[in-house]
Amino acid sequence: MTRRNPRKYIFSRNIDNFFIDVNDAYKFLIRFFKEFSKRPFHHQELIRQSYEIGLKSLPLITLTGFIVGIVFTKQSRPSLESFGATSWLPSLMGIATVRALGPLVTALISAGKVGSGIGAELGSMRVTEQIDAMEVSAINPFKYLVVTRVIATTISIFVLSLYYSFVGLIGAYINIDGTEGISVISFLQDAFSSIGFLDISTSITKSIIYGFTIGIVGAYKGYNATQGTRGVGRAANQAVVLSIFLIFIEELIIVQIANFIRYF
Amino acid sequence: MLEYNTNGNKAVISINELYRSFSDEPVLKGINLELFKGENIAVLGRSGSGKSVLIKIIVGLLNPDKGEVFVLGKQVDKLNSKELNELRLRIGFSFQNSALYDSMNVFQNLAFPLNMNVKNLGKGEVNDKVEEVLQAVGLLEKINQMPSDLSGGQKKRIGIARTLILKPEIMLYDEPTSGLDPVTSGEINELIIEVQQKFNTSSLIITHDLTCAKNTGNRIAMLDNGKFLHVGKFEEIAEANDEHIKSFFNYNFIQ
Repeated sequence: MTRRNPRKYIFSRNIDNFFIDVNDAYKFLIRFFKEFSKRPFHHQELIRQSYEIGLKSLPLITLTGFIVGIVFTKQSRPSLESFGATSWLPSLMGIATVRALGPLVTALISAGKVGSGIGAELGSMRVTEQIDAMEVSAINPFKYLVVTRVIATTISIFVLSLYYSFVGLIGAYINIDGTEGISVISFLQDAFSSIGFLDISTSITKSIIYGFTIGIVGAYKGYNATQGTRGVGRAANQAVVLSIFLIFIEELIIVQIANFIRYF
Repeated sequence: MLEYNTNGNKAVISINELYRSFSDEPVLKGINLELFKGENIAVLGRSGSGKSVLIKIIVGLLNPDKGEVFVLGKQVDKLNSKELNELRLRIGFSFQNSALYDSMNVFQNLAFPLNMNVKNLGKGEVNDKVEEVLQAVGLLEKINQMPSDLSGGQKKRIGIARTLILKPEIMLYDEPTSGLDPVTSGEINELIIEVQQKFNTSSLIITHDLTCAKNTGNRIAMLDNGKFLHVGKFEEIAEANDEHIKSFFNYNFIQ
């Protein structure tokens, strides 16, 4: 990243650096799409990263999804009980999990676990000259390190998000069955009766966009890390903060678009 | 001091009036140097004198502000990425901190550049080449170890082995003896000479260590404040009537 000489700011140091950052991030994104379509495709590294990012996140996603499913059902019951509508619980949980909780909670957990991991790993490789070592060995480090990680993150978070919804609904079913007593078939019929094509396609779109955001932000921050070990810590931290910030902005925009389509 | 006669040999690296600055702070101020085939030049200078910047420009990691750098007849900053990669395959770069990939073991570190750059290479051939270079640096027994299990000197040797696996014509060493004890430094110096003789390479050795410069360089280029104060044999530089050179030599212990 280029930083301006202190004596030559156009606006002020912070404003100038903000625009330089935006420009660098834009170039990084464009480079990703250029490199993405070029050969060679590093299949082995992609599989390895998918394992590291996806499979190793399964225990955390299982635990979180299950607990949130139970807790959300428990928290929603009193409100529905007050006007005798506890039978709506499966439907409510279906909508909540598929439309919002699945993609959003998976993305937030992954931003902390995966985004910080990518930021720290690439940052550490940058400051210890491992990325330069690849470059001087005629290996394209961007293609090998960044492209594979971003694709692996996008695919993994999409799959994890589906898995989270599945586990969340199991948690909700266990709680509803324990209190109201309901068969699995009835629960699933009720839960999916209110979910339409738009809900599922929006949920899939969200999880793909969130996964891409987490991957590209983590890679961008790590790949451009500077100033030794302090820079590695900062890259990991900024990867999480910026990913979460962008995920909420994206959530807002996607929900607005989905609602516009729904009520059009 | 190694004897070398440049007569008749072609320059493999030619640097003409090279300038480079960072945030308006000049680091290199019009550098000229020629490295001939089969020759070792030690670039000697204090920390921050621009030595590392110089070799990063040679290998295309940094671009010059002004001036020309020709490596094996090609002007580095005018090459496209494909041409630059083809050139890089003919240059070995040994990093100051070895820069071994810490998620890979020694074998994987060495096989990685080979697998990525040489197509249709069988597993047996990769194994043979890895073992050959590990043998050359005397660390065959470390083949399955992780970089974190190696000492500083061993990491340097493995780093050198990794560059040798692609059979480079030019070796660039960035501070090969920094952070090492005198005995290990001596072993690395010997290894640099062995590499030159066995693999027939030409080398540029960036160092602030007089002993390393004296023992590995056919010629010494004394860099100070972005300019070469003197380029010549070690004895000539040691006797040069220049205050900066004298003070540098006075602060160093020569073996």
